[in-house]
Amino acid sequence: MNKFQLKDVNLWYNDFHALKDINMDIKAKEITAFIGPSGCGKSTLIKSLNRMNDLIDGCKITGDFLLDGENIYGNLDINALRKRVGMVFQKPNPFPMSVFDNVAYAPRVHGIKSKFKLNEIVEKSLRDAAIWDELKDRLKKSAISLSGGQQQRLCIARALAAEPDVLLMDEPTSALDPISTAKIEELVIKLKKKYTIVIVTHNMQQAVRISDTTGFFLLGELIEYNNTEQLFSMPTDKRCEDYITGRFG
Amino acid sequence: MRKLKNNLRYIKIYIGIGMAITTLLGILLYILINGLQHITFDFLFNVNAPRGQTLVPMIFTTVLIVLLTLAISAPIGIGSAIYLNEYAKTGAWFVKTIRMAIETLSGIPSIIYGLFGFLFYVIILRWTWSIMAGVFTVAIMVLPIIIRSSEEALKSVPNAYREGSYALGAGKFYTIWKTVLPSAVPGILASIILTIGRIVGETAALVLTAGTVAGMPSNLFDSSATLAVFMYTITVEGTDMDRAYATAVVLMALILFLNTFANFIGKKLKPQ
Ligand SMILES: Nc1ncnc2c1ncn2[C@@H]1O[C@H](COP(=O)(O)OP(=O)(O)OP(=O)(O)O)[C@@H](O)[C@H]1O
Ligand SMILES: [Mg+2]
Repeated sequence: MNKFQLKDVNLWYNDFHALKDINMDIKAKEITAFIGPSGCGKSTLIKSLNRMNDLIDGCKITGDFLLDGENIYGNLDINALRKRVGMVFQKPNPFPMSVFDNVAYAPRVHGIKSKFKLNEIVEKSLRDAAIWDELKDRLKKSAISLSGGQQQRLCIARALAAEPDVLLMDEPTSALDPISTAKIEELVIKLKKKYTIVIVTHNMQQAVRISDTTGFFLLGELIEYNNTEQLFSMPTDKRCEDYITGRFG
Repeated sequence: MRKLKNNLRYIKIYIGIGMAITTLLGILLYILINGLQHITFDFLFNVNAPRGQTLVPMIFTTVLIVLLTLAISAPIGIGSAIYLNEYAKTGAWFVKTIRMAIETLSGIPSIIYGLFGFLFYVIILRWTWSIMAGVFTVAIMVLPIIIRSSEEALKSVPNAYREGSYALGAGKFYTIWKTVLPSAVPGILASIILTIGRIVGETAALVLTAGTVAGMPSNLFDSSATLAVFMYTITVEGTDMDRAYATAVVLMALILFLNTFANFIGKKLKPQ
């Protein structure tokens, strides 16, 4: 089952051609990793999956982005799209509010007012993000006072509270220590049962450990896209091989 | 040798700080010493004391003008800042024009606002010297301050908050209302405090519009002096320096009170 189908995707930042003829299918309930050297367009591509690029002046996109067969740059309401396609950022960005209000943010946006229902969603999301036990006594505390790792898992919980199908993660562990990273990896693997996950990572081991499919990007092009095991054990493209063996550049 | 140089540098810094503090304390003390002794119960609280013998009308007028001015210019100013920082496209000619107008307005001396207020409100609109004319003049005068510092406050809200909110499917208005504005409140409040200080201390623009009557106004189209204007007039007349100093003490106390109050509200509103 394909969650996303990208056809002939091109993207420009003003005159700069950042994504070139990308064709790829992203499978549902799998973890897809994007790897590649800095500046190759991984973030650009992942951000175009929930239309965060719309916020950037001078960004022009062509091609088809199909989510469950429906073009996300077509008639689909942008806020409805972002509810379905959640995002976790590189730097944990909890809002300066209580833990509870952070997680309840999306449900409130989407019209849920009942205190009872909100409590339920907050607890469930925090449990799904494996952080309920740590935070259940601190729901009223400011999210800013949490550790970096906790903040990032809170942000995952916050994204889950919108009840998305897809979770986009742009280097979610690059700002975290090894223990927090391990926790998040474990969590991501668990989440795959219910969600389609796309993750950008600079950490090759991480891609191997958690992803099912990997895409290697270079200068805006998708060079190789394959089953993770295969891509890492026998890459077909020389540039991809150089990159994953660390001989790049 | 190096140590000596370092020490010398410190000594110079301390002398500088010492001079600044002594000057400020000196002025404060001078005013307090000259003013405190002339503050009487009647002067502060007796509404029925004869004109000029009591500050009650001036305190009332000052607070009234501050509140009315803020009621007009705070919503407009904060609204403009939100528009400029969150909605407007930076390059558009319309925005550039507004920006230039704000810059220019904030550089104009207040006597010119006073002159405008006098000609427009007092003469053309026939509001005569009145609290209304004063309020509308000062409201225009403080608008650039509110807009600029509110804009600074909005700029200092990390973009990560906006992105985080959009990524959850929140619309622009919701994002601004629930996430951006609350984070900007302390900064916006600071701008309001600044504005209060400016209004309380304003004389030139008010002398020409609200007038110098030292009595209780019976309605908004009455002329009435604020503390600063009252102080200005009796100082110029030079007949009663004692009361001028006493008024200065009250003026300082009022500013201290308003600032503390605004700070208190700021703390209340600030996200924990
Ligand atoms: N807002 C923007 N305006 C103009 N150019 C941009 C913008 N964002 C990214 N770019 C350019 O597009 C290219 C791809 O950027 P992108 O952020 O997608 O790279 P990346 O693969 O995520 O890199 P990294 O691993 O460092 O995060 C880069 O050359 C970058 O300079
Ligand atoms: Mg990136």
